[in-house]
Formats: sequence, structure tokens, C-alpha cells
Amino acid sequence: MSEATAQTTAPAAASAAAVLAVPRSGWHVATVASTRRETPNAARIELEVDGWPGNAAGQHLDVRLTAPDGYTATRSYSIASSGTGTHVTLAVDKLPDGEVSPYLVDEVRAGDMLEVHGPLGAFFVWAPDAAAAGDPAADATRDTRPVQLIAGGSGVVPLFAMAAAHDAAEDPTPFRLLYSVRSPDDVYFADALRRLAAASASLQLDLVYTRRAPEGWPSPPARITRDVLEAAVIPAAERPRVFVCGSTGFVERVADWLVELGHDARSIRTERYGGT
Amino acid sequence: MSFITRGFSGRDRERDERLPPGQTLVHDFPVLSAGPTPEVDTAEWEFTIRTESGVHRWNWDEFTSLAIDDVDTDIHCVTHWSKLGTSWRGVSLDTLFEHVETEQEYVMAHSYGGYTTNVPLDELLDGKAWVAFEFDGEPLEAEHGGPARLLVPHLYFWKSAKWVRGLVMMDQDEPGFWEQNGYHLHGDPWTEERYW
Ligand SMILES: Cc1cc2nc3c(=O)[nH]c(=O)nc-3n(C[C@H](O)[C@H](O)[C@H](O)COP(=O)(O)OP(=O)(O)OC[C@H]3O[C@@H](n4cnc5c(N)ncnc54)[C@H](O)[C@@H]3O)c2cc1C
Repeated sequence: MSEATAQTTAPAAASAAAVLAVPRSGWHVATVASTRRETPNAARIELEVDGWPGNAAGQHLDVRLTAPDGYTATRSYSIASSGTGTHVTLAVDKLPDGEVSPYLVDEVRAGDMLEVHGPLGAFFVWAPDAAAAGDPAADATRDTRPVQLIAGGSGVVPLFAMAAAHDAAEDPTPFRLLYSVRSPDDVYFADALRRLAAASASLQLDLVYTRRAPEGWPSPPARITRDVLEAAVIPAAERPRVFVCGSTGFVERVADWLVELGHDARSIRTERYGGT
Repeated sequence: MSFITRGFSGRDRERDERLPPGQTLVHDFPVLSAGPTPEVDTAEWEFTIRTESGVHRWNWDEFTSLAIDDVDTDIHCVTHWSKLGTSWRGVSLDTLFEHVETEQEYVMAHSYGGYTTNVPLDELLDGKAWVAFEFDGEPLEAEHGGPARLLVPHLYFWKSAKWVRGLVMMDQDEPGFWEQNGYHLHGDPWTEERYW
């Protein structure tokens, strides 16, 4: 029993917040700088956000839409970009029966203004190794464990932000991304991921196709199984930090398997997008 | 500072007055957690309340033989979904605190898996909160916090700690897990106390 009450704080969370010094969130006016098809079912939206304080890789924001009669709808979207600028990239998957995502994918165009609240979330984030960046004070808290990213569909958005930040910082931490998509056409940030994977020090990329694989792909399309997961992630023995993001069903399944495969539950961070 | 969004008309045309501002009605039951779902066996489960003078504890059998309430309520998640008319069974915090003496006014709820969330004791008593172990007539599923979760329907649902294992009384309010990560200390959906 003493165990139950001894744990008075969530230490990992507290230290992450301290290290990142995440800026306070607030409402901002965002102007759509550009929008383009990301995949047949998704759009990439570039925003210029007035007063944006910058954000860490992995954070999200809330988008609020207001109808002429005052009705509002608000949804959360991960941020595909990170750093100190006022430029923010989103990538949105269209849910057929959705209210907000079809608007963002099909209707929004350059010059439109949106309300956004953020940056939000200080837990599902990754920051470059401060020690490697020359901050001697960071040596004591240095976390040199490798990082495993696991994405399903649009869940790649915050993980892409982490992989890009890792590359930009020339951070030495080994990074590996396991990414489950329906078909080769459904890969978000395909060119950038290919580039990160080609610079082999940055990222090892493992794709799993669930509906249609590219010509000559060694395995037929199928959902991730426990065996595929085990073969394509950094082994538990190397104690990776793991970030999993996607639909609820995907995240539940993957996180359960990771624990069964011996990964420490405390090293697994998840972001669930809803849906199944 | 709200302004009209060009080209947006919205889909949910009827506004239900049970819906707090900024919330959207859902009919499924979304899951949001920071890590893997803990699997807790009721044979090992226990629930404790720790005060300045000691620890009160219940094992599963003791707990489920306490007075049980049927609770019909709306729930509101900070990620903008609400679910109306959900039905639960659980033990009222009034029942749990019947024989607990304390001067301390704040509570930290602790969960299996390490999650914590803070709530003032006032917000848990007088028929406002339960430790629930059934949802919709079935044992509460692990992904929704089973075997038992806190149910504090008048606050955002992150206060309704899943996999709850105990409450620790405190002299002062202190942030729990999501609160340290940017969520509001209190969390009233009607005044949109989402983030600090
Ligand atoms: C932290 C966070 C980050 C996110 N980042 C992204 C992102 O980068 N890209 C992206 O495409 N999506 C993202 N999402 C999902 C996004 O917030 C919306 O849920 C999604 O775009 C659907 O909205 P909609 O209005 O089109 O559908 P809705 O009209 O809300 O719903 C359509 C159907 O899906 C279900 N559903 C939708 N959203 C949810 C939800 N959040 N929880 C539970 N059930 C739901 C509804 O019950 C309904 O049946 C994120 C969600 C969270 C919580």
C-alpha cells in the first residue's frame, strides 16, 4: 500500500515541463498561408499565427470555427512543425461524417482566418538533447535512450514534428519510426520522411501498408501484428522511450503489445485521436 | 474575440442546453490517456484514503459491499466531446468519507499506472462524486478505467481518474499529472476552465 501513496507526483511529467519551459497557451488569430492536398484524403495547412510563442515538437492546438449564427465547433490538431517561429503546419485527415475535418480539408483556402488556441500539451513532446547542444548544466539530466516513434495514419503528425526537430538539431539520439498507412499514397510528409530516412543518422523508417503495398514490397498488405511490431521497433532491452499516436484502437493495441513485449509502461507515451 | 469563419456553417444544428460551451456531442466513448492501459486484477485491487491521521482501506469485496448508487449523468471531456445520459454504478464519496475524519481540504487522486489529479474535497462530497465500477450495466472496461475509476461528472473528465487506487488528503491544492502539463487546477466545463 505504501507504494500507492508514495507516488505523490508524476516525476517524468514534472521534469519534462521544467526542461522545456513550455510557453503559456492562449487564443490567437491564424491566417491560412497555403493549403494543399497531403494525401487523397488529407490536407496540409500552413498557418501564420499572430503572436504565436513557438511550440515544442509534439504539441497540439485547438482550432475553433464559428458559424454566422454564433455556433462554434472546436477540435484539437497536432502541430507538424516546431520551434520559435510564428509559422505553424497542420495536417488534417478528412472523416467522412465529420464536422470540422471536411471543412479544413475541402473548404479552407489561403487568406482565411481561423482562431487557434495553443500551444497545448507538455507531455507528448520531444526536445533535442540539451547536453549535446552544449548546455553543460543538462549533463546530469541527460536522457540518452533511443527514441521509438509509432504512428497510425494521421497520428504521424506530432511524430513527424519530433523526427524533423531531431534532424534539425543534429541530435545524436537514435530515432526509429514505425508508420502504419493504408497505401503508398497515404503517407503524410512522404518526401520529408524519405529525406530524413536517407540521412541515415536521423531516422530509421519502417512502413507497414494495411490495404495496398507498393509494387515488389516483400510482404502483402496487412495490419500491424505483435510480431511485426516486435521486429520493427527498438527492442525493450535497449529501454527506448516510445511515442505512440493514432486512432484509439491503434494506440490501445500497440501499447498493450509493447507492454507484453517487455517495454516499461512508464517509457511509453500515447496520444489518442478518437475514433476506432 | 470570436469572429465568423468564412464558409463554415456547422453540422450540429440543434444546441442541447446540457452541452457546455465548446463541447460537441458524441455517441461513442472516446479514450484519452497518457500511456498504456493498466490491467488491474480485482483480486489485487485496493482502495485507500490517506489522511493526516492514518490510512483507510478497502479490498474489492469490502468495497463492492458498501452502499451502491446508480448514477445517470452527462460527462464532458476537455478535448471537446460530451456524452449525455451515461449510466454508472459506484460508491458515493459520501459513503467512503462517512468514517474518515480530516481537517485537510484538498485531495490528490492516485491511480494504478501513476496518474494523479487534484480536486478540492468540497467538490467530491454531497452527492457530487463516486468511485464507479460499472458502466452501462457492465463491469467497467480497463480502457475506460476499470476495475474502478473516480467519477466527478461536474468537472472535466480528466478529473475522473481512471484506475483509481486511492485518495491522499492534502493541506494545500497541488497540481496533478495533467495539471502540471497545462490543464486547469479546477476544471469546470461550464466556465471552460480548460488550460491555465
Ligand atoms: C490531441 C489531439 C491531436 C489531434 N491531431 C490531429 C491531427 O493532427 N490530424 C487529424 O486529422 N486529426 C487530429 N485529431 C483528431 C481531431 O481532433 C478530430 O477529432 C478529427 O479531425 C475529427 O473531427 P470532425 O469534426 O471532422 O469529426 P466529428 O464531427 O467530431 O466526428 C466524426 C466521428 O468521429 C468520432 N470522433 C471524432 N473525433 C473524435 C475524438 N477526438 N474523440 C472521439 N471520437 C471522435 C465522432 O464520435 C464521430 O462519430 C487530434 C485529436 C486530438 C485529441
